[in-house]
Amino acid sequence: MKPLRNPRRLPVSRRQVLRGLLAASAFGAATKLTGCTAASEGEGEGETSSGGGSEDLVVGFIYVGPKDDFGYNQAHAEGAAAIAALPGVKIVEQASVPETTEVQEAMREMIDIDGATLLFPTSFGYFDPHILELAAEYPDVQFFHAGGLYEDGMPDNIGSYFGYIDEAQYIAGIVAAYTTATKKLGFVAAKPIPQAIRNINSFTLGARSIDPEITTQLVFTGEWVEPVKEAEAVNSMVDQGIDVITCHVDSPKVVMETAERRGVYTSGYHANQAELAPEGYLTGAEWDWTSIYTQYVEWSQAGDTLMNGGIPHIVRGGLESGFWKLSPFGPAVSDEAQQAVEAIKEQFADGSIAIYKGEIKDNEGNVQIEADKEFDQKAVELETMDWLVEGVEGKVS
Amino acid sequence: MAEALGWLGVPLAIAAGTMRGSTPFLFVSLGECLTEKSGKINLGLEGTLLTGAMSAYAISYLAQDSVGEFLAPWLGVLAAGLAGMVLGAIHGWLSQQPRVSDVAVGIAMIIFGSGIAFFLGKPFIQPIAPKLMTLDLGAWSNVPQLQDALRISPLFLLGLAIAPLLRWFFKSTRWGLFVRAVGDSPEAARAMGISIFKVRMLSIVAGSFLAGIGGASLSLYYPGVWTERISTGQGLMAVALVIFARWNPINCLYASLLFGGAQALGPALQSVGVDSFYYIFNAAPYILTLFIAIFTCSPQKTLVGSPGALGTNK
Repeated sequence: MKPLRNPRRLPVSRRQVLRGLLAASAFGAATKLTGCTAASEGEGEGETSSGGGSEDLVVGFIYVGPKDDFGYNQAHAEGAAAIAALPGVKIVEQASVPETTEVQEAMREMIDIDGATLLFPTSFGYFDPHILELAAEYPDVQFFHAGGLYEDGMPDNIGSYFGYIDEAQYIAGIVAAYTTATKKLGFVAAKPIPQAIRNINSFTLGARSIDPEITTQLVFTGEWVEPVKEAEAVNSMVDQGIDVITCHVDSPKVVMETAERRGVYTSGYHANQAELAPEGYLTGAEWDWTSIYTQYVEWSQAGDTLMNGGIPHIVRGGLESGFWKLSPFGPAVSDEAQQAVEAIKEQFADGSIAIYKGEIKDNEGNVQIEADKEFDQKAVELETMDWLVEGVEGKVS
Repeated sequence: MAEALGWLGVPLAIAAGTMRGSTPFLFVSLGECLTEKSGKINLGLEGTLLTGAMSAYAISYLAQDSVGEFLAPWLGVLAAGLAGMVLGAIHGWLSQQPRVSDVAVGIAMIIFGSGIAFFLGKPFIQPIAPKLMTLDLGAWSNVPQLQDALRISPLFLLGLAIAPLLRWFFKSTRWGLFVRAVGDSPEAARAMGISIFKVRMLSIVAGSFLAGIGGASLSLYYPGVWTERISTGQGLMAVALVIFARWNPINCLYASLLFGGAQALGPALQSVGVDSFYYIFNAAPYILTLFIAIFTCSPQKTLVGSPGALGTNK
C-alpha cells in the first residue's frame, strides 16, 4: 500500500522557498558590494555628455583593481575620465574585476544592459580567453586591449593598443644612473611578461648608457598586487645596498612608501607617485592614455570601425604620439641629469634614437642583438622579449 | 648609504620579516584560538582582517586633523577592534542558531566582511593616513640595516604579551575554565549552569576584536597601505595555523613567527641573487599551510588538544 499523500502539497515548502530567496538576495547584495560599486560612480561622471541621449557612444571600461590605486588602473581611469568629457560620449566603468569569468559577465552586462559598443577591458589577463570568447559572441561590439597579445587571425573586432613606455623607463634609468651612489639599482616586478621584461631591460640599458658598471637587481613577487612581498622586496634590496628602486606592479604605492621610509630613491611607474615619496622620488614613467582614447572616440564618431578597416588593429606609439610622459623631477635630481634627459627626450620625439641597438648581450653572455642590427620600437622581437640584458641580476624563469 | 650585506641579508630579512609580517598572523590566530576553544570555528576572520585594516586606515586618516598624527593611528587601532567586534557579534549570533553550520556562516562572513571593507574603503585607497609609531630598538647599532630591522611595532609586542596571557587565562582562571568547558563538553557546561550561548558569543566577539587589530597592523604598520588585496589570504592562513598550533596560544605565537618569516623568504633570496625557483619561495607560506593541513589531518583520531565540540555543531 502506498502511503497517503496530501495532493496539494508542493515538493518544496514555503519556508524553503523563502530561505532560497533570502539567500539569493543576500548573495547578490554581497557580490554587488564587492564588485560593482564603481560602475555607478562612473556613470555619474559619464553622463556629462552634451549630445542627445540616444545617439551617445557608450564606452565600457573594466579595471582589475580600484580606480585610484596610484597605478595601472588609475592611469586608465584618467584616460577614461578624459573621454567622458567629450560630447556625445557616455562611459560605464567597473573596477576590481578579477581576471576570471567574472570579467566576461562584466562585459556582457555592459553590452546587453548599458548598450556599450566599444569596450576597454584594460588588464593584461583579460585577453585570453575572456576577450577572445566574447568577441566571437558579439561580432558587432569592438574590444580594445592594452598589450601586445593581438595576432592576425583573431576575431576581426579586436584591437590592440600599447605605448612604448620602455622609452620612459630608459630615461628613468638615466636619471637613476646620475643619482645612485652605490651603482646598484632595484626593480620590483610582478610577473615575467614581455612588457615587464622590456621595461627592466630598457631601464637597465638607460642606466648603463651613463655608467656601464651599474647593475639592476630584479625581484619578482609573482602577483600583480602583493603588498607584503613588495614591501619585503624593497627592504631586502635596501639591505643589499641598492639605492634607487623602481617597479612594474599594479599599484606602486607600497614600493614607493617603503623605499621612502628606508631613505632610498624611487622612480615611479604607471602614474605620478611623487606625493608618496616627496624626498626620494626622482621621476617616473607614466602612461598617458588620454590621446589614444580620444583618438578611438574620434574614429568611432566618424563611422570607422575595426571591422570596416577604418580603425587599425594595432595602435602603438611613443613620446611623439603622446602615449607616455615623465613625472616632474623630484628634488634629488641634479641639473646635469635633467639636461641629459632633455637631450634624450628630443631624440625620442624625433625618432632618432633606438634603445635596442646592437651589440646587446643577455645576462648569460649570449649575444641577443648583433652589432649591426637595430630594433625599431615596433619590432615584434621586442614585444615577445624573454631575455634580460647584461647587468640585470635575475632570471626570467 | 648603507653597505651591502650580501648573504647575511637573508637571515636578517627573515628575522626582520618575522617581526614585521607576523603581527597580523599572531592576532588573528590568537583570536581564532580563543574562538575555537569555545567550540565554534570562525572562518570569517579573513573578512574581519580586511574590515579591520580598512577601518583603521580610514579612522587614522579622518582623525589626523582633530587628534593629531600620533593619536590618530591608535584611534584607528581601536576602531579596527570595534569593527571586528561588530562582525564577530553577527557571526556569534548567526552561527549559534539551531541547525546552522558555523563553517557556512564563516564563509558568508568572509564575503560580507571583505565586501563591506571594499565598499566603505573605496575613498581611502588613495589618501595617505598617518602610520602607527614604531619603537626603535636598534639605536645601539651602527648598521643601518639592523636599525631598520629592529624598528618594531608596539602591536607586535602587544601580541607577544597576549599569547602567554591567553594561555594563563585558559589554564588558571575561572572564565578560562568556562570557555574550555563549553568547547569540550557543552552538556557538562550546561549542567554546571553556564550559558553556552553567552560564553561562545563573548569568545567570538573577543576573538574578532583581536583579528580586527591584526588588520590595523596591516594597514597602519606593515606594509602600511589600504588596498583591497592587502590581506592576500592571511586571515585564512591564520585559521589553519591554529590547528597547526594545536589550540595552544604559545604555539600560535611560534607558528605566526614562522609564517611571517616565510613571507620574506622569496624576496630576500632573490635580492641576493638566488633567482631560480622564485615561484616556489614566494609560495612558501601557502605551501607551509598545505603541508600542515596534510600532516595534521587523520580520519582515525582527533587531534590532541582539539576542543571536543569543535565541528560537531552542538
